[in-house]
Amino acid sequence: MANMEARSRAMDEKATREAALDEEELKAAELSEDGDLDVDMDENEDGEPFRLPTVDEREQEKANGIPDIHVVQQRMKACVHVLGNFRKRAESGRSRSEYVGQLISDIASYYGYNEFLAEKLFQLFPVPEAIEFFEANEVPRPVTIRTNTLRTRRRDLAQTLINRGVNLEPIGKWTNVGLQVFESSVPIGATPEYLAGHYMLQAASSFLPVIALSPQPNERVLDMASAPGGKTTYMAALMQNTGIVFANDANKARTKSLTANVHRLGCKNVVVCSYDGREFPRVMGGFDRVLLDAPCSGTGVISKDSSVKVNKSDRDFTLLSHLQKQLILCAIDSISPDSKTGGYLVYSTCSVTVDENEAVVDYALRKRRNVKLVETGLSFGREGFAQYRGKTFNPNLRLTRRFYPHVHNMDGFFVAKFKIEKGSKRDSNNKDEGRGVGDEKLEADQKEEEVGFDSDEDRPYIEESKRRRLKAKGLRPPARVNQTKTATIDTKA
Amino acid sequence: MRPLTEDESKAVFTKLANYIGKNIIHLIDRPDERYCFRLHKDRVYYATETSMRLAISVARPSLVSLGTCFGKFTKSGKFKLHIMALDYLAQYAKYKVWIKPNGEMPFLYGNHVLKAHLGRITEDTPEHQGVVIFSMSDVPLGFGVTARSTVDTRKLDPTAIIVFHQADVGEYLRDEETLF
Repeated sequence: MANMEARSRAMDEKATREAALDEEELKAAELSEDGDLDVDMDENEDGEPFRLPTVDEREQEKANGIPDIHVVQQRMKACVHVLGNFRKRAESGRSRSEYVGQLISDIASYYGYNEFLAEKLFQLFPVPEAIEFFEANEVPRPVTIRTNTLRTRRRDLAQTLINRGVNLEPIGKWTNVGLQVFESSVPIGATPEYLAGHYMLQAASSFLPVIALSPQPNERVLDMASAPGGKTTYMAALMQNTGIVFANDANKARTKSLTANVHRLGCKNVVVCSYDGREFPRVMGGFDRVLLDAPCSGTGVISKDSSVKVNKSDRDFTLLSHLQKQLILCAIDSISPDSKTGGYLVYSTCSVTVDENEAVVDYALRKRRNVKLVETGLSFGREGFAQYRGKTFNPNLRLTRRFYPHVHNMDGFFVAKFKIEKGSKRDSNNKDEGRGVGDEKLEADQKEEEVGFDSDEDRPYIEESKRRRLKAKGLRPPARVNQTKTATIDTKA
Repeated sequence: MRPLTEDESKAVFTKLANYIGKNIIHLIDRPDERYCFRLHKDRVYYATETSMRLAISVARPSLVSLGTCFGKFTKSGKFKLHIMALDYLAQYAKYKVWIKPNGEMPFLYGNHVLKAHLGRITEDTPEHQGVVIFSMSDVPLGFGVTARSTVDTRKLDPTAIIVFHQADVGEYLRDEETLF
């Protein structure tokens, strides 16, 4: 027994000792963490702690021309560090906005953006993530191809390409037609398989709107801005060459490559036309599904086209979002709400800014009351913003999806899916302008009832319309009663 | 967009018959859906009747293409078959030529098929016969006209031309601007 007691006591002691050690270690780690970072910073600044340049100093630096890239880089790092825990790390007497301002102007000069765009993109993310985003824009995205299921299967295509010396792998679980190309000994855009239409060079992000749209066989589908045809041909493939796809593009020169791709991939159900998208419900309506991949600023594909960094200004964004708002209404109006299988609109852009995405979607929801957002059917992606910098959008905007280069390793992208429901325009206008939350709607209905109808007064009109309906059906309506006769004469007069 | 006239359909069908012979009837009498030929801006399109009817509502200047473009009428009134017709030609072709892997790229750059690149050829192909050209893995690559009959090819030297090039899928890249 004694033996046992001694043993257990020893064990207890050991445990307490260990616990104490752990605690000490933790404390030490905490200290060193803080210390380490500070030491790093100090070293970077040649022993001096980081000091934010004043307004005068910044102006002087600007006047001196291009600043030293290393200085800028260090300063960005330090600013991010300070903004991570502002209360603790900031210099006394300096405001947060000074740090942010400095950081944005450094980002602009370091990555080569104009200040306006740098600020716009910076505001989308928390500070450290913003830096990641800008970094990711400097790196090219992986080359991806889409198997044309009208001509071949993915496994066969992968095998033939591997035999040609292409190193590839499926993109991910979310698509069963995509392949990612790591390296290739032959030009991937000129192999005999490419020319024979077995695959299409297509960014992974541009699969997403089509997956969200999920067109079904025998439907009538419209692609409003379709060149160069990656999404159009994907839709045709999903519909297995049945039904009809209208591929529209406003730019006549670009319809050439669109037509070439449509023919190369063997899509036989496609009609290519060249209208301004805004003319659309007038050209043709009654579509089951519409894809609107709207013209946009391209802030999601900066790694592909870096000219965006400098050539976009405030005015461009205003013009583009105006155009997008016009287009989305036209797209909604082109869809038949009576469609048995569809009635869906997918709105997508290759931009990440809020005024081209959430703001446009919110506008459409406000303007067309018979439209609502639904799940996109995409298994990943961030939720869209329901609030952004003081603006409150429809709460359903979290059903939309955003994709970022630094998170998903594909182009920055936005996808929203709408369902167009039946409902006459007059109905929607009567309802008050508040957001379409259930309670408010109910209230509105009740109000209308209170106004009420005088059914006695309306009886002749009701009778008359009943008669007309019967006649239209080919039935003989019952003979008129005297009272109604006078009323009908009135209406006719 | 309008239906073909008598002369035009004759020109189109004789050209097609050169490749697919009597199978041409399968283009007109299809079990699945009614198809039709339509002329739009000198080009001949082959499309389902339903899509043709829908495409009618697109204004003439704005319509770029519908269904499959088969080819175009030249200014002198001759019909020139384009590579886009390959799908249907390959499906119904009577005479076929298979070329070896090392001959694929030269052919796709617009060259004639040489004897050295010849993999297989349909027996008893006559001279000056329209043939569809396949790779050894049965991928259609284009079409052309035989220079010699199958029997005559045996005696030829390896650099002799077997099939005169008419169209190949490389044109999708090379002639994108002029094709449509």
